[in-house]
Amino acid sequence: MLLEAPFTEAKIRALEVGQMVEISGLVYTGRDAVHKYLHDGGKPPVNLINSIVYHCGPVVVQERGKWVVKAAGPTTSIREEPYQGPLMEQYKIRGVIGKGGMGPKTLEYCRKVGSVYFHAIGGAAQVLAEKVVAVEGVHMLEEFGSPEAIWEFRVERFPVVVTMDSHGRSLHEDVQAVSQAALDRLV
Amino acid sequence: MDSKILQAQLLELIRRTSSRLPGDVVRSIEKGWRKEKKGSTAKYALKVVLDNIAMARDKSQPLCQDTGTIICYADLPAWCDEPTFKKAYERAVVQATKKGYLRQNSVDSITGKNSGNNLGPGNPAFHLHQTRARTLTVRMMLKGGGCENVGAQYTVPDTRIGAGRDLAGVRKCILDAVHQAQGKGCGPGILGVCIGGDRGAGYLASKEEFFREIDDANDDPRLARMERQIVKEANSLGIGPMGFGGSTTLLGCKITHRNRVPASFFVSVSYMCWAFRRDGFKLSEGGKITSWLYE
Repeated sequence: MLLEAPFTEAKIRALEVGQMVEISGLVYTGRDAVHKYLHDGGKPPVNLINSIVYHCGPVVVQERGKWVVKAAGPTTSIREEPYQGPLMEQYKIRGVIGKGGMGPKTLEYCRKVGSVYFHAIGGAAQVLAEKVVAVEGVHMLEEFGSPEAIWEFRVERFPVVVTMDSHGRSLHEDVQAVSQAALDRLV
Repeated sequence: MDSKILQAQLLELIRRTSSRLPGDVVRSIEKGWRKEKKGSTAKYALKVVLDNIAMARDKSQPLCQDTGTIICYADLPAWCDEPTFKKAYERAVVQATKKGYLRQNSVDSITGKNSGNNLGPGNPAFHLHQTRARTLTVRMMLKGGGCENVGAQYTVPDTRIGAGRDLAGVRKCILDAVHQAQGKGCGPGILGVCIGGDRGAGYLASKEEFFREIDDANDDPRLARMERQIVKEANSLGIGPMGFGGSTTLLGCKITHRNRVPASFFVSVSYMCWAFRRDGFKLSEGGKITSWLYE
């Protein structure tokens, strides 16, 4: 199904674990340095209200004065576990795109705030870069370096799977439990 | 050899490594894709992976944006000394970074500053050896941070998982590592395992196993059996591609061993993501690539 901007709470609350979704609109990249900076009280250089944050450190190069995205897959999200939930609440971040899933703290904030976790296909940097149709800006490039900067990506039909929803369900918890039981039987 | 030619050939090696997966890896992913259930998120994930592999190769761009730690092994013949090789490789890395084959991936661990050109203490990671052969052999790997982070080193006996100092204990360690990794290492993955050694040697040897092809068999029949068993058992855990659930959790498992001191028994497990970028070539003194090591 297609999820188009604006990313309102109602649209996000309608999503459920297991759904394959294509996102169209503006998303902001943010990873380790950005999350730590915001959590330490730094002011966001973009408006994060009703936004989607993408855990991504892209390869972007300048060609004839224009930014061109060469590769843009997700990075592992769990590193932002201490920060993500509180930031979702503070800025009404409606969705996070990343890989590997997040923990119980973020899941609880998803429920409370009305937010979801979108799992992109890790490593699929080319397929995903092709869905970035324009780079509309970049922030904190000097301080954080290219992979850690906040890039404004205009995306079209960006493919993800909902793996944590706003109803308290997490595919990661389900798979963890199933595989733990299977492992216990094996050993 | 003219160092400009050496540099150009090394740049080509880096470009190829970053944008093209070896055939053995692609075939094993295709096999997994055929096995997964129609309409499942697992099959969908592997389809995106296969599309991505084709696209990166066609566009000659990084398969994954995390172009990882640059790990370089070279066997240097008499005509190529270490400083010459290092300089040419480093220059090729800087050039590859400018061209976008490699991401700016070298961060100062004290200041947090990115060097911007992939050079810095320990970057790239060189493992150089002399050879009496006439040709220069270079092997390289790009290993992303996501999969590096889910690697694990066990000390047996390990009471948490009930692993003792024998092969049965080693098996428990490896399966636990797969379970702990879930989808976080960008599965389906490949394991490199070293039984024994000290901590440093164990991890290093576990990574060197990644230079083996996925469908080869271990020369040691005990380890060959264990490799097959681990893959089968890991794929029965239901973790699946990306941790979405499914039957393709591991594509391969490669195990080696090193002697240890009586007091230590480490099991070092390195995890490689599906974006398993390894390549290599042989180069003649005239600067010609005489063969690629992974087709």
